[in-house]
Amino acid sequence: MNKEIVIKTDKLTKKFGDFIAANEITFEVFKGEIFGFLGANGAGKTTAMKMLIGISKPSYGNAQIGGFDVYKQTEQIKKNIGYMSQKFSLYEDLTLKENIRLFGGIYGLSDKQIETKSYDLIKKLNLIEEADKLVVSLPLGWKQKLAFSIAILHDPKIVFLDEPTGGVDPITRRQFWDMIYEAAHNGITVFVTTHYMDEAEYCDRVSIMVDGVIKALDSPKNMKEQYNAKSMDEVFLMLARGAQRGE
Amino acid sequence: MPLCLGGGKALCHEATKTQRESMKQLLTFIRKEFHHILRDTRSLLVLLGLPVIQLLIFGFAITNEVRNTNIAILDNAKDAATQNIITRVESSQYFDIDRTLITSQQIEKAFKTGKIKVAIVFQPNFQNELAHTNKAQIQIIADATDPNQATTLVNYASSIIMDYQSELNQQNNIPYTIKTEMRMLYNPQLKGAYTSVPGVMGMILLLISAMMTSIAIVKEKELGTMEILLVSPMKPWLVIISKAIPYFIISLINVATILILSVFVLGLPIQGSLVLLILATIIYIFCALSLGLLISTITETQQAAMLISLLGLMMPVVMLSGYAFPIANMPIVLQVLSNVVPAKWYIIIVKGVMIKGIGLSQIWMELLILLAMTALFLTISVKRFKIRL
Amino acid sequence: MRTLIFLLRKEFLQIFRNKLILRMIFALPLIQLILLPYAATYEIKNITLSVVDHDHSEYSRKLINKFTSSGYFQLTNYSETYNQALDAVEKDIADLIVEIPIGFERDLIRQNETMIMIAANAISGQTAGLAVAYSNSIIKDFNNDVRIEWLPQSRLNTIPVIEITSSNWFNPQMNYKDFIVPGVLALLVTLVGYLMSSLNIVKEKEVGTIEQLNVSPIKKYQFILSKLIPFWFLGLVVMSVGFVISFIVYGIYPEGSFWVGYLFAGVYLIALLGFGLLTSIFAETQQQAMFIAYFFMLVFILLGGLFSPTENMPDWARYLTYINPVSYLIEVMRMLVLKGSSFWDLRYHFLIVTGFAIVFNGLAIWKYKKTV
Repeated sequence: MNKEIVIKTDKLTKKFGDFIAANEITFEVFKGEIFGFLGANGAGKTTAMKMLIGISKPSYGNAQIGGFDVYKQTEQIKKNIGYMSQKFSLYEDLTLKENIRLFGGIYGLSDKQIETKSYDLIKKLNLIEEADKLVVSLPLGWKQKLAFSIAILHDPKIVFLDEPTGGVDPITRRQFWDMIYEAAHNGITVFVTTHYMDEAEYCDRVSIMVDGVIKALDSPKNMKEQYNAKSMDEVFLMLARGAQRGE
Repeated sequence: MPLCLGGGKALCHEATKTQRESMKQLLTFIRKEFHHILRDTRSLLVLLGLPVIQLLIFGFAITNEVRNTNIAILDNAKDAATQNIITRVESSQYFDIDRTLITSQQIEKAFKTGKIKVAIVFQPNFQNELAHTNKAQIQIIADATDPNQATTLVNYASSIIMDYQSELNQQNNIPYTIKTEMRMLYNPQLKGAYTSVPGVMGMILLLISAMMTSIAIVKEKELGTMEILLVSPMKPWLVIISKAIPYFIISLINVATILILSVFVLGLPIQGSLVLLILATIIYIFCALSLGLLISTITETQQAAMLISLLGLMMPVVMLSGYAFPIANMPIVLQVLSNVVPAKWYIIIVKGVMIKGIGLSQIWMELLILLAMTALFLTISVKRFKIRL
Repeated sequence: MRTLIFLLRKEFLQIFRNKLILRMIFALPLIQLILLPYAATYEIKNITLSVVDHDHSEYSRKLINKFTSSGYFQLTNYSETYNQALDAVEKDIADLIVEIPIGFERDLIRQNETMIMIAANAISGQTAGLAVAYSNSIIKDFNNDVRIEWLPQSRLNTIPVIEITSSNWFNPQMNYKDFIVPGVLALLVTLVGYLMSSLNIVKEKEVGTIEQLNVSPIKKYQFILSKLIPFWFLGLVVMSVGFVISFIVYGIYPEGSFWVGYLFAGVYLIALLGFGLLTSIFAETQQQAMFIAYFFMLVFILLGGLFSPTENMPDWARYLTYINPVSYLIEVMRMLVLKGSSFWDLRYHFLIVTGFAIVFNGLAIWKYKKTV
């Protein structure tokens, strides 16, 4: 694993009035890592991530994404990252190919590149027959995989995934994570938030947020040892026991 | 409210229990609907505020009463007589002299910039001609873009000139004169509110009851939560009612607002029986609700429900109900078509009861028609609803 | 720039795939243009008339004849008493009552003066006003006929008469359709440019795809342009369809030049689209957007002079029309079609609408943030 730092935050904070959604978040992510950003609903994960991807301005604190500053260089950040939102955000009334072409174009790929990548992607996902069908007709699992593929279409340094595996069966989830592994293997850093604790096992390192603060940050193996737990589930329960916010 | 028909005491007890449960469920759902509505402050604002705004606009702004219209004068004579007439025109509330023209070529230009609506042209030597040959000419040119406005303006201008003439004629006793006495019935001050309030009521109630209800029902369909409700122990028709009741109540609130505004702000009294008016209104609201129900059975998405309501409801209502334009002047085809629009009948009822003060004996037919329409809409909706299940 | 083209392609694909919108774009002008001008006849003809003739004389009959043959009135009721006639009005059988007193002929010829009573159903003030105006002119005509019949020429000539000739310009046939149709065209353009555009943007918010775009390197202006341009085109298309239909159905075409119309509509659309953008920023759901849009449209259109002249409005309402973009379009459309006003004639209108465009869009761009 390369020790190049691709995400670095220093006391990153977001306040809404008196409410501190994210409280002095400090951590680092290395290139090619699969970094799990865990926490219960309401713990502040999404708020934190929004600051990292440049659509929310921090109240104070610093962060560099891919070497670019979150206050002054958001445009550069956006060019170098990929993103998959909770709702998968594909255009349902466009075809697969049209979605690929749109996002390829938005991220500055040339026509030729779009052409090639499009072909590769569709072939890889085994969706050649569905290529000209509207996305709305795809089953959920395929939409997911498609959204991820499009998110990394432009070979970004980092790809941010916000709760990407909601609502699909375990097999599809497993296949999805295979895709994540492959991306990481190819040098793309994967920053994924989830509240499925079993997915935490798949990550290189995880951080657990409780009430807006990072309570723990380590590899799953180390965490389980540290907390004397058999699964990440248990680790989380122990950490989140005194939580004010969340389910 | 136990409804036991035969069956004996035990069955009756069971039936009452289920009814009570249904009631409770119904109340829960109604409360849920209200939460939805109340939380959406923007929509709520429009729902409650729109009638008020419409009423105010129609009551105060939209009027066909002429005032302060810009006119131009081309005085080729410039003598005492023309001056006299011009002063009368200037001081009348109807006209504002915007400009004095020098040549007749300027007239067209003045019209084309949209600044003036009427031009009055005096012939040269006006006073002399009138005194010596007893005939003199004044030309009134009107911008007939709005033909009615033109007619009215020409009339007013003519009557000002005629007033001048009759003053001249005071000295001469002109024989064979027919005088006219004019009476304006029901609305002596020609207030615009008289036509508009019934129209606003008809339209607002339709908008809220029909369109909103249909959108609320379709939204559940779209989101998929409709299935959940249908699977629940709650009877389907209760689901529907729970959707309709909040809008029924909002409609009633709007009716109250409109009536209060009409009476106290617009000065439009309720001549007939208030009870009858409210009764008729409730029937009309039912009709609108059932129409909304019908729409919800034929659309799948909110967007579709909205657009159909707009095209299929609002437009015909505005155009054909007598709200904005008198039905009697329309081509026969449209007159026939207008009979299908519930709002038309309701507006007749409101005009009759509220303004003319007539009673049940004269509007029973219209009420019956509304009831029949309601029954029709409900039947079709229920049929369609059952088919889908 | 390239990004913009990609975005535009997406927008157009979405619009043309949305069958509902397509149908609306063609159905709407069709229905409105065909129905509305026919329905919106302010032309008051065939006013229902109830006559109460107490005199039953030759002259009273002549007068009644004059009423019925004028084309304005339709005799629907003969009553014995005024109260009976009132009944007829109550039942909507008649809207105007003409009561001729007993001794009408005798008084007119012998005593030189007599009186007629006219009562009009004034629920619709406008109808009543016109009914009375028509009645007055008919009676005046009749009066003149009587005078000519009975007075020697010499006597006639000593009565000073101001001859009033009136002419109606720009719409000599007093064709109401010519008045309504341009207004409807304005309405159509407004519908597309405002209502549909704001719904479109909100939909993206509601569905969530807007977030994906926010995270991408798309610039603010690119996103906004990609949303405005398609509906700008659509607005002009609808207007063109409208012109064609107006011509085919009514034979109406602009006296003025087409390009002035398109130019103005183009600027106007930019202003409205900006307003639509503002609306979509404030709405969270499509339903809200629709409500807000409907509310503004109603107010704008009513106050814009579509159905009644803005000149007649009280001062506060008139001031509102100055800040109402729709009123400018309605006026321009009418002037263009009926008077053939030129660009120079309309320069103030152009200026103001351009101002609107700058203000609305400026506000919208300033308000629209990608960062939350």
